[in-house]
Amino acid sequence: MRLVESRATLIVCYVALSIFAFIALFPIALLVLNSLKPAAQIVQNPLGLPNPIRWENFAHAWSHAKFSKTFINSLIVSGTTIVLVCSTSSLTAYVLARRKIKSWKVFTFYLLATTTAPIQLYIFPLYFGFAKLGLINNIFGVALIYTALYSPFAVMLLRTYFIAVPKELEEAAIGRQVFWRVMLPIVSPGILTVALIIGLNSWNEFLVATTFLQKAENVTAVIAFYLLSGQYSSDWGEIMAAALIIVIPVVALFVFMQKRFIEGMAGGSVKG
Amino acid sequence: MHRLYIVPTAIINIVIVLIPALLTVVLAFCNWDGISAPTFAGLDNFRALAADPVFWSALGNNIIWTVIFLIVPVAMGLLAASMLLIVRRGSNFFQVVYFLPVVIATVITARVWQGMIYGVLKKFGMPIPNPLAAPSMSLFGVATVDLWHWWGFLCVIFFAALRQVPQEQIEAARIEGATYLQMMRYVLLPGIRPTITLLMIMTVIWSFLAFDFVYILTQGGPAFSSELLSTLAYRHAFYDLNVGQAAAAALVISLFGLVGTFFYVRIQTKEGEQ
Repeated sequence: MRLVESRATLIVCYVALSIFAFIALFPIALLVLNSLKPAAQIVQNPLGLPNPIRWENFAHAWSHAKFSKTFINSLIVSGTTIVLVCSTSSLTAYVLARRKIKSWKVFTFYLLATTTAPIQLYIFPLYFGFAKLGLINNIFGVALIYTALYSPFAVMLLRTYFIAVPKELEEAAIGRQVFWRVMLPIVSPGILTVALIIGLNSWNEFLVATTFLQKAENVTAVIAFYLLSGQYSSDWGEIMAAALIIVIPVVALFVFMQKRFIEGMAGGSVKG
Repeated sequence: MHRLYIVPTAIINIVIVLIPALLTVVLAFCNWDGISAPTFAGLDNFRALAADPVFWSALGNNIIWTVIFLIVPVAMGLLAASMLLIVRRGSNFFQVVYFLPVVIATVITARVWQGMIYGVLKKFGMPIPNPLAAPSMSLFGVATVDLWHWWGFLCVIFFAALRQVPQEQIEAARIEGATYLQMMRYVLLPGIRPTITLLMIMTVIWSFLAFDFVYILTQGGPAFSSELLSTLAYRHAFYDLNVGQAAAAALVISLFGLVGTFFYVRIQTKEGEQ
């Protein structure tokens, strides 16, 4: 579809879109560029090309941020969260979509309300409660918090997938097998979308992770980066290298699965 | 039988969110350092907040923040999304580029801006000091980073919504020779009004939740100039160990969120019933 066909309009649009793209890419370009430079060169000219390229930044970043440990922590936290959210939310979404229980309305309302509740409303008692139970520095404890945090979103998104399944299909099957044999395979694309977005969110999450994980060997990669970059002695080349190490897998996955990401993120907001 | 299906979600949510939230309500009326037994304090915590000038400036900052986020990213998002609709070719590429900042962790975005942009403004030939260090600029300095991180999300959602505006309406307007502004005003904006309304409600809610960038970039400083209610509550709880006052501040945040939540839930459940 073309709104306006004139060439001039198109050129104006492309120029403006490119300016927006430049705004989005400029800080990312600085990140990549300066991850390859010694600190002294960054201070001198952050825009200059690295000369010579300093690959050691990555090795230093890897060891100083203890990535061989903290990356595993991040993977465990994200993985556990994904498994917990997907398994519990798909069950709930099915029940709510098909109105299998009388209180579906109340429960939907409750879940929607918790998605908008500020985390400050529950994080303080939660922290002191976790402290009492000895769950501080426990990455599975953090995964449990993420599960509570993200499952309302997952339920709402999966619910739309369940609603889209034709009723006749469900009625053709009998008894308890309906959910496992009929519904689950059909909504599996929705579950994959949820897994991607929940994985991204828990990989990047800051507030809960920084509050509940305090020992250097228990933190996630993002918090390890936060601690590394918070020291005044750190070198900016190394900090940017550490940033790049965390960002590359995320960006690669995003570009590779962009349709799913964008569709899922927009899922709750666009009607149609 | 089906009732069992919601049990796991319900239990996790009740333990992690509902019970602590109710405790927060109770704690707001108590004195508590997080260790010894809490003592009832009536309205003391709220009185202390009301007497604290930092609380009022944080509330003011939250309102400024909300206004900024209701205008700037929504305008940028709508502008870019409508142009993506016009050009079509390449729209997917631009969309992915605009969305990149959304998928990068907030800590990383914060440090890149702090060290690579704000820290070296002079090297770019701009004779201005680091905005994060100036009390008059700090809030805007932080908001700029959050805007960079955020606007692409809105753009992508607006673009998705715009593509669902009925083709015939657009064609009809085009045949009648509508200009870009007329097209926006009479066809496109009305066509995606539900999406815009929903996102503006969410923006209000999210603005009171903003935390990461302020906490990482300025810790609310210098001299509390960029403090938001969320960072103020966090500081009270974990630095001053004044959990009662933190809980009171949390209730104030929730109160603002509640108004937005009411409209949000109403719109969402209406949609669900269709």
